Amino acid sequence: MLLISCPNCGSRDETEFHYGGQAHVPYPENPNDLNDREWAEFLFYRDNTKGAFAERWLHSTGCRQWFNMLRDTVTYDIQAVYPMGAPRPATSTTAPEGATK
Amino acid sequence: MVNTAALTGINGLREIRRSPASHLAAALETGSVPGTVVLKEGPFQTMAGVRVDPASEAGSRIASVTGGLPARCGQVAGAEQVSVLWLGPSEFLVVAPEEDHDTLGGDLLGSLTAALGDGPGQVVDLSANRTMFELTGPRARAVLEKGCALDLHPRSFTPGTALATEVGNIPVVLLKTGEESFRLFPRASFADFLGRWLLDAMREFASPEVP
Repeated sequence: MLLISCPNCGSRDETEFHYGGQAHVPYPENPNDLNDREWAEFLFYRDNTKGAFAERWLHSTGCRQWFNMLRDTVTYDIQAVYPMGAPRPATSTTAPEGATK
Repeated sequence: MVNTAALTGINGLREIRRSPASHLAAALETGSVPGTVVLKEGPFQTMAGVRVDPASEAGSRIASVTGGLPARCGQVAGAEQVSVLWLGPSEFLVVAPEEDHDTLGGDLLGSLTAALGDGPGQVVDLSANRTMFELTGPRARAVLEKGCALDLHPRSFTPGTALATEVGNIPVVLLKTGEESFRLFPRASFADFLGRWLLDAMREFASPEVP
């Protein structure tokens, strides 16, 4: 069980949260210009990072607010919790292996 | 079968309505251990869901009606018998006695709606959304701790605090009203399960303590 520190409510059990997938996936500026492959990549293709991974979480049984979290997918160590819309904070750890972008 | 033709207006239905855990009333009474832990379903309440930015003008108008808005997680605001529970940074649950409902001569919802005015936000009548369990007694905390991961020790969970969390895997708003008394607000459809879950958690306190 992860103990996740919600920015509004403080430390809560992982079961109170829902996972929202990879963070910082921008909506295409001009969706009509995309071909099918690019559109499919925007919709369905996500990084499968080994290491620090920025992801979205929802505190669904608490304050019902979304936030971003930087989590190590190997050790489950939560490195940072930051609001939606904020840039990904720099981490002291080395660049994640297997990152495609 | 109730003769619905004889009922006039919404208040005609008031006599035939049942609270979500009314069928458990007898079980709650036999399962309670007076002096140790007592569980009962509370009376109907008037509840209003309010979504408004507390820093906005509409927010301060709403705050003047309810007697303040809670500023952060856990806080409970309100004046007299009205309590305002914090559900989110811009989401609040106003709980008031039943007679404050507009159909019973009160004006809670009307005054909240008027206070919101044209401002961004909403006021919704949620009186039937949740029911209320009252859990009291010296072992009430021990019962809750079987299914709630929060720190319920009095040093961190003080009377007059309300937290949205899970008890027995059911999402509830847990309000501490006194040193040994709690109120749980589950959604109506979860009332049966949560009532039975609490009864089961209380069973051990009916038998003499094993040394």
